[in-house]
Amino acid sequence: MLKVNAINSFYGKAHVLRNLSFNVPKGHVVALLGRNGAGKSTTMKSIMQLVRPSSGEITFKDEDIVRLPSHQIARLGLGYVPEDRRIFTDLTVIENLLVGWQSPREGAVTWTQEMLFDLFPNLAERRNNRGKALSGGEQQMLTIARTLMGNPSFVLLDEPSEGVAPVIIEQMIKVIGQLKSEGLTVLLSEQNLHFAQAVADSTVIIESGVKMFDGTLETLNSKPEIRDAYLAA
Amino acid sequence: MEFFVAQIITGLANASSLFLVACGLSLIFGVTRIVNFAHGSLYMLGAYIGYTFMQVLPGGLGFWSSILLAGLSVGVIGVLVEMLVLRPVYKAPELFQLVATFGVILVIQDIALIVFGPEDLLGPRAPGLRGVIRVMGEPIPKYDITLLVITPIVALTLWYLITQTRVGVLVRAATQDREMVSALGVNQAWLFTGVFGLGSALAGLGGALQLPKGGADLLMDFHILAPVFVVVVIGGMGSLPGAYLAAVIISVLNVFAVTYLPQSTLVLMFIVMIVVLTIRPYGLFGREEVAGEHGQVGEPERPIKPASARMQLLASGLILLLAMMPFYTASFSLVFTTDVLIFCLFAASLHFLLGLGGLVSFGHAAYYGGGAYVAALLVTHVNTPMELAFLLAPLGAGIAALAIGWVCLRLTGVYFAMLTLAFAQLLWSLVFQWGEVTGGDDGLVNIWPSEWLKPTIIYYYLTLLFCVGGILLLRHIAHSPFGYALRAARDSQRQAESTGIDTRKIQLLAFGFAGFMGGLAGALFVFSKGSVFPNELEIARSFDALIVVFLGGVKTLAGGVAGGVFFKGIEDILIKFEYWRLVMGLLIIFVVILAPEGIVGSLRKGAERLNLIKSRHM
Repeated sequence: MLKVNAINSFYGKAHVLRNLSFNVPKGHVVALLGRNGAGKSTTMKSIMQLVRPSSGEITFKDEDIVRLPSHQIARLGLGYVPEDRRIFTDLTVIENLLVGWQSPREGAVTWTQEMLFDLFPNLAERRNNRGKALSGGEQQMLTIARTLMGNPSFVLLDEPSEGVAPVIIEQMIKVIGQLKSEGLTVLLSEQNLHFAQAVADSTVIIESGVKMFDGTLETLNSKPEIRDAYLAA
Repeated sequence: MEFFVAQIITGLANASSLFLVACGLSLIFGVTRIVNFAHGSLYMLGAYIGYTFMQVLPGGLGFWSSILLAGLSVGVIGVLVEMLVLRPVYKAPELFQLVATFGVILVIQDIALIVFGPEDLLGPRAPGLRGVIRVMGEPIPKYDITLLVITPIVALTLWYLITQTRVGVLVRAATQDREMVSALGVNQAWLFTGVFGLGSALAGLGGALQLPKGGADLLMDFHILAPVFVVVVIGGMGSLPGAYLAAVIISVLNVFAVTYLPQSTLVLMFIVMIVVLTIRPYGLFGREEVAGEHGQVGEPERPIKPASARMQLLASGLILLLAMMPFYTASFSLVFTTDVLIFCLFAASLHFLLGLGGLVSFGHAAYYGGGAYVAALLVTHVNTPMELAFLLAPLGAGIAALAIGWVCLRLTGVYFAMLTLAFAQLLWSLVFQWGEVTGGDDGLVNIWPSEWLKPTIIYYYLTLLFCVGGILLLRHIAHSPFGYALRAARDSQRQAESTGIDTRKIQLLAFGFAGFMGGLAGALFVFSKGSVFPNELEIARSFDALIVVFLGGVKTLAGGVAGGVFFKGIEDILIKFEYWRLVMGLLIIFVVILAPEGIVGSLRKGAERLNLIKSRHM
């Protein structure tokens, strides 16, 4: 569904992604693993064209999306949940959801506010609170819910377990499982191997922007040397 | 008591146009982060277009439809300006867009002159609302009462749009993080265009609504600019209730000032602004600006290096050429070159603040004009010898800059810029309204240099010495430890602080020094012309320097000087033509679109691409 082929991305002069290639098949949950600074978030941003890769191809549903404006990529059904959440702190929960709204999409779940409040019961209670009044975990839920309002068929989930309490992590695992069962495809970036193991079908490991491993979790588990070399314990 | 109430009603009515224009500006800034200096021009167009429609459409219905049509037309003009001029430069470095809006000001000025003619137009009375009604015995024009009703309706409509509709939610979201809004599937280009159109329409509406109380003239654009900026800043950038409250405060105070202290009217609003910002640095309802929160952290600055041997040779050659000038040119070229040199020093002093310090001052004319006035006042009132006055002028300007900088540096970003503008306008108003001392509009004349400096050639050498010396000194300081500290404070205030640099002190000293050099340029100016008028302190003069620095290139050391030469040279050619502003404005817009890194920056990029000079990238 999503094919990344030999992309190179820069931040100023820093070469962050080097000839990175991988595929995410339809209906799969793929975990992009790597340490801090490995280039996980840059990969996500490059797919959304928030960082413009200097070379390489990215196709989504066989459509070339390199150089497309971000909003058009989002309208193809590619939902992006940023690492730093980036919720609109001056807007209420409901208003945040309203910003993410897109018209229903063929072949994808059409989310309503009530469905999302069922998925994230904590948000329901806080629907009229401003974003800045939410806790870190609630903000993490809101940023996911906001993206789902666009009825994506594919979700880019950048480090959903970062900086949230274990109980929230449990909830995130449940949510991702639910999204998968609804037929959504997910690319998830993670540092937390246990989290990835709980939800992912396969993994891509990167280090300094270079791909080090691409395969199923079983294969990864049979190669502890890779795990120890590129992932934090 | 009756009189008091009547005054308040008049003030509220006056607040009407001010509020409409200000909230348009505020909306545009909130979403696009563009400080639209052309907003006053849109207001002026609203008045002219409204007037034109009123000539054709009869009766009360005609009058009110004319006002609506004026708003709509100006909205469409705003959309065109946004699409043609601003869209190509959204990716340019922050604040560069405002140079494009300067260009728009000039273009609109000449278009208005061509289409509507040079005469001031007296606004028609509103049909059916000609008389007065008595409120507690005091006569109040019926039109004022109407305005009292209209403004809250417009304000409430806007409030509904912003708080209760999805478009409003998107606008507020984009004000906070427009990149994220776009990543969620919203086309921000159209959001920007829409908001710019709406803001412009409000300005046009404001212009047309004030017709019966005033009229239309070609100076309206600059006259409304200062109060509008004051209102937006007092209210808090991006806040509608803030803009309304501030417009009311300013207008009501103004009505009382006209009655009780007429010579204070211009100064008053700036004093209010300074007081408000001292207590609430981000305005009544504003919120703190956080750098980078809008998803547009600038490119990292590239380091600047001392000039290469080749450049030094080139500069020396140029200076030699200038020094030899009296031997091969006529005296009028010397006078022109004197002007250019002075202007270059003025621009270089602003560039020092802007490029090296990252401190965007919108009011640098305060120190240039201030220096000129210090010298002129000393000569006029205490018969100070010219040489002494000449030395005291930059000192005076420098001290003023230290005092003003001390207040302004409590703020950052646009608020800082606005406050510097407010202080410049405060000085201008003081000079303009304190006629007994400053000569007011008539200026101060007979400020000539001492006998031995009077000949054009000698004065030329004096100017050459101080301007070239000043510019070299500014460059030298850029490469001194002080310059390093200043650039460190610009690039990361926190990191600079943690390495032991007192960033506030460094920035204050830089502000004072830039003011000192601006004052030196002003002193050279006043003795070369023999007179000084308040327009040397005007917004337009501050803008001149800003345009030059941005067009020359903020991020290059030579930017100020190169821009100064280019700008003055072109102006000297163009000014002979009737519609030179139009050409100049278009030229500025083209340079902004084609050379977003300024003249020097873009030349260097071009040279790098052609491998003429070594690239500094890798």
